[in-house]
Amino acid sequence: MGISKASKMAFFNPLSKDNPVIVQILGICSALAVTAKLEPALVMSISVVAVLALSNVIISLMRKTIPNSIRIIVQLVVVAALVVVVDQILKAYTYDVSKQLSVFIGLIITNCILMGRLEAFALNNGPWLSFLDGLGNGLGYGIILTIVAFFRELLGSGTLLGYQVVPQSWYDAGYMNNGMMILPPMALITVACIIWVHRSRNKDLQEK
Amino acid sequence: MNRQSNSYTLIYSIGLVVLVGVLLSVVYQALKPMQDENIADDKRKQILAAVLIAPHEGESVAELYNRYVKESFNVGSNGERISTDIAPFDVNIADEVKKNPDDRVLPVFVTETDKGQKYILPIYGAGLWGPIWGYVSFNSDGRTIYGAYFAHQGETPGLGAEIEKPDFQNQFIDKSVFSGDEFKSVAVVKVGQEPTDREYVHGISGGTITSQGVSEMLENSLAPYENYLKNLQTSDKQ
Repeated sequence: MGISKASKMAFFNPLSKDNPVIVQILGICSALAVTAKLEPALVMSISVVAVLALSNVIISLMRKTIPNSIRIIVQLVVVAALVVVVDQILKAYTYDVSKQLSVFIGLIITNCILMGRLEAFALNNGPWLSFLDGLGNGLGYGIILTIVAFFRELLGSGTLLGYQVVPQSWYDAGYMNNGMMILPPMALITVACIIWVHRSRNKDLQEK
Repeated sequence: MNRQSNSYTLIYSIGLVVLVGVLLSVVYQALKPMQDENIADDKRKQILAAVLIAPHEGESVAELYNRYVKESFNVGSNGERISTDIAPFDVNIADEVKKNPDDRVLPVFVTETDKGQKYILPIYGAGLWGPIWGYVSFNSDGRTIYGAYFAHQGETPGLGAEIEKPDFQNQFIDKSVFSGDEFKSVAVVKVGQEPTDREYVHGISGGTITSQGVSEMLENSLAPYENYLKNLQTSDKQ
């Protein structure tokens, strides 16, 4: 099976031109909550990619049977069931990971990107395209989360993934961690800076 | 069949809910034994962390626990052992701290480390977002802390969550919870607000509520052990 233009678009568009976070401004809430450190941000990204791709496929397979009047509820039930199953499996097989993720796994259900993609894409497209769309959007979300968390952890704590990267000699010379980077508002400002850079490179995204 | 009709919608939703309900309960039942074992192992690991023992990669936590923890029993607030139906390991500390201090079942875990006998006591309290808990081990003098372990459910990463880091926990080592003959729990305070009547450690800047939570947790959870610790002090002097 060759990769058609539609598949490429479904996968690559959300990475930059149609990025869920910085273009569609979805999923900002979790971008705020989990980006104080790099590690939870990475884990959250992986979980969202998995849940989004899977639920996109399931909803796409069910799309011809879902009654229109309760489609949002059906989507929610599928997403919630998937998240609970993932949580249970993590608890049984990788307990340490599930302990770190405890809160974030539940947060996935409320991620607006999920409902957005199910409603806008999976309901109208086949399973393969929906799978690619889920992967692409999950990764697009993950990239932004990782960039934001990278700067927040580096400037806020002087560490990356928990390892000290700012040398002690800097601190001796008077350098200080910026405590404000750890607080949620700085996540918004960091996201805004990314949007600024992104739009100045993609002129067609700029509003008139 | 008309997909938009009421009867179709009703049947569809009932079918979906039953299907998902069955699926979830099957998953839950199938994985429950493994999860319970993981939770028990995690608790053993936390108890051992209070005496500064961590399992190496691939080492069985249960085996390590059985090697070090020689004895465990429940005491009452008078410091004497009490006989209860429940094993000390299974006592739910979250329920116990809600009771009147005199009615609490207080578990004690005695470990034999290469630095001598240590007594591990469980603690439980509230942080900013949810519960915090931990284990504190005492030297056989019944006064000074040998090691402390804290954990939390959902404190803010980088701020309150720092209580689970060794940098914070190691501050408690060698602190005394008695001033003279009086029980004075170790306080967690801001720089510049050091109390004079008791020993203290410094809290986490930006994590004030969690730091206060640790302070209150130590006070509330350890105070009922006062008589037990005093008994330890007496037997240590003999």
